[in-house]
Amino acid sequence: MRGTFAAVVGRDLRLAARRRIDAALPIAFFAVAISLFPLGVGPEPQMLRQIAPGVVWVAALLAAMLSVTQLYAGDLADGSLEQMLLVPGGRIAIVAAKAVSHWLLTGLPLAIAAPVFGLVFDLSPEGIRALVASLLLGTPVLSLMGGLGAALTLGLRSGAVLLILIIVPLCIPALIFGAGAVAAVDAGQSARGHYSLLGAVLIFTGVLAPVATAAALRIATE
Amino acid sequence: MDVVNTRWRFFRYASPAAFYPLAGRLVPWFAAVAAVLALAGLYLGMLRAPTDATQGDAYRIIFIHVPAAWMSMVLYVVMAFWAAIGWAFNARLASVVARAIAPTGAMFTFLALWTGALWGKPTWGTWWVWDARLTSELILLFLYGGYLALVSAIDDVRRADRAGALLAIVGSVNVPIIYFSVIWWNTLHQGASVSVAAAPKMAAIMLQSMLLMTLSFWAYAFAVVFVRARAIALERDNRSAWAAEAVGRARTRTQTQTQARTQTGAGT
Amino acid sequence: MGDGQTTAANGVAEATLAVHELQCRRGERVLFAPTSFVVAPGEIVWIRGANGQGKTTLLRTLAGLSAPCSGTLLWAGAPALAPRPLYLAHANALKEDLTVGESLRFLLHLGGQAVESVHVDAALERFGLASRREAFVRTLSQGQRRRVALARLAAERGLQPWLLDEPFDALDAAGVAVLAEVIANHAKRGGSVVLTSHLPVPIESPKPFEVHLHEPADAFA
Repeated sequence: MRGTFAAVVGRDLRLAARRRIDAALPIAFFAVAISLFPLGVGPEPQMLRQIAPGVVWVAALLAAMLSVTQLYAGDLADGSLEQMLLVPGGRIAIVAAKAVSHWLLTGLPLAIAAPVFGLVFDLSPEGIRALVASLLLGTPVLSLMGGLGAALTLGLRSGAVLLILIIVPLCIPALIFGAGAVAAVDAGQSARGHYSLLGAVLIFTGVLAPVATAAALRIATE
Repeated sequence: MDVVNTRWRFFRYASPAAFYPLAGRLVPWFAAVAAVLALAGLYLGMLRAPTDATQGDAYRIIFIHVPAAWMSMVLYVVMAFWAAIGWAFNARLASVVARAIAPTGAMFTFLALWTGALWGKPTWGTWWVWDARLTSELILLFLYGGYLALVSAIDDVRRADRAGALLAIVGSVNVPIIYFSVIWWNTLHQGASVSVAAAPKMAAIMLQSMLLMTLSFWAYAFAVVFVRARAIALERDNRSAWAAEAVGRARTRTQTQTQARTQTGAGT
Repeated sequence: MGDGQTTAANGVAEATLAVHELQCRRGERVLFAPTSFVVAPGEIVWIRGANGQGKTTLLRTLAGLSAPCSGTLLWAGAPALAPRPLYLAHANALKEDLTVGESLRFLLHLGGQAVESVHVDAALERFGLASRREAFVRTLSQGQRRRVALARLAAERGLQPWLLDEPFDALDAAGVAVLAEVIANHAKRGGSVVLTSHLPVPIESPKPFEVHLHEPADAFA
């Protein structure tokens, strides 16, 4: 099983490296979406600083959801998914591998790009640190839940929008604790409670989401 | 494979063919009970319960708002339960019932939100407040919406039932977490401690009224879910013998009624 | 091998696969009448039927990707999933942005087969594609892609059962000849093959045993 996991992650990363523009799209979306908010609500620094954690987090959530729709679609279309499902223990291995490769290609870059946007919104240095930390903890949750959505909506015409409708409500706790951590730090308070809760959500999701996603894959391909 | 255990005659009704006529007979009773209880509950709540010192008469919307909110939450769990049974035991009727519950659950959620807004306006001056309970209800509406959207997007009935069941189960597990996180979010932010749920101290008569309304909503839900479940079961088994028979019976009944009406008309 | 306690034909104890009164469905419709057959080691079974009769669905069910709606499926006497059959679907399972070598190596890895370069090269050589090993899959024609997918068969060392869906499709005469030889060799060594093909199967020894799928009595039971 571990061999399959490593092989799938390696393959997905290699494929992304061959389509670098496509792989960079989530980050581009992230940047554009964040930039819309000041344009929409006005340039007043104090207000922007207040909404910064929420804005960055919502943009990260949407960027993750948009990029996850293609998680299984390509493999379904060319028949690779079937072959992967035939491997003993293959279902869980693929689910885990897809979540990890999605996070490496979307979540991690978002967390790394976040400080730039923190500066743009004039967050304090501690706030920026908290932003990166909360995204590092929270984006894996988004990748895991997104994978579940992708498996449930596999092959459906309305795929992307349907996925967002189904999965975004389930990601709300991560959003609340993640953005809340940054807001707390920026207001000079401790974010320990937020981080603990976010960590708990991550563990809970990390244990249960792969099982649910594997079941969803079975339902979708039977 | 259906689970048929002759010691439990109740399981006989696990087949759509047996469920259909039974449910058909029960629907009028449930509807009647719902109407009677609603009248009693509304009479107590609207006319007999005392006026509140702080909120005046506007608080009376609580007698619809709270039971509706309860129903919306309970129905989600019930829906997830039947969907899970249908998936685990390949029980077709259980899946049908789960699908039948969803629109009613969504309706109650919408009712709770709408009555919450009606309550908020005279009490707090705004049509909406982002308090923990209302926000959770809104998220619950999205969960229902997601379920309905998913099952309608999938053409294959079996896949739709199972995917819906999985989503409903995941949703049920998440609901406490979401609720907790929303409370956390709400208490965090200064100046946002308004709560539409700050209900007036409950006189006994208010509790009675809410209880009656809740029971009425339960009976209503049974009636509506049974009607919908019958329709879905009929549609799914539309090539089977029992479906043809049921439609035939309905057709004969309508013909007899039409004949009786024409005769009476001609006689006068 | 198991003790062969099934209700199928005799000789099930030595059989690789025993299928009894199997039926599969797609959506609400049952695809074919109850079908029974036994596959012995070294045998080639040719599933035949009209378009849409369920040949692909049957193969997927044998592979373990779908569950049958009725009937039983026994591998080597045990009602468990197949001992890792090699399933070649209609689709090639090749990623366009990988090279031929990378794609094949990935598929071999999934199939638990040897992935060293020498084996990959030998497999590609068998199907005449050794020179295209570093080419991207998207630069290959349909027939060439099919041959890359089939190269898995040439790399196969063990006696896994093979489940092949329309393997001869999109091949030219040379490709057909090579494939026929590869399949025949596998059977001669004792492996078993179940395949579908709407074209005649050009294998003489062992002669493929034909199984026909028929319309079911009631498609919506």
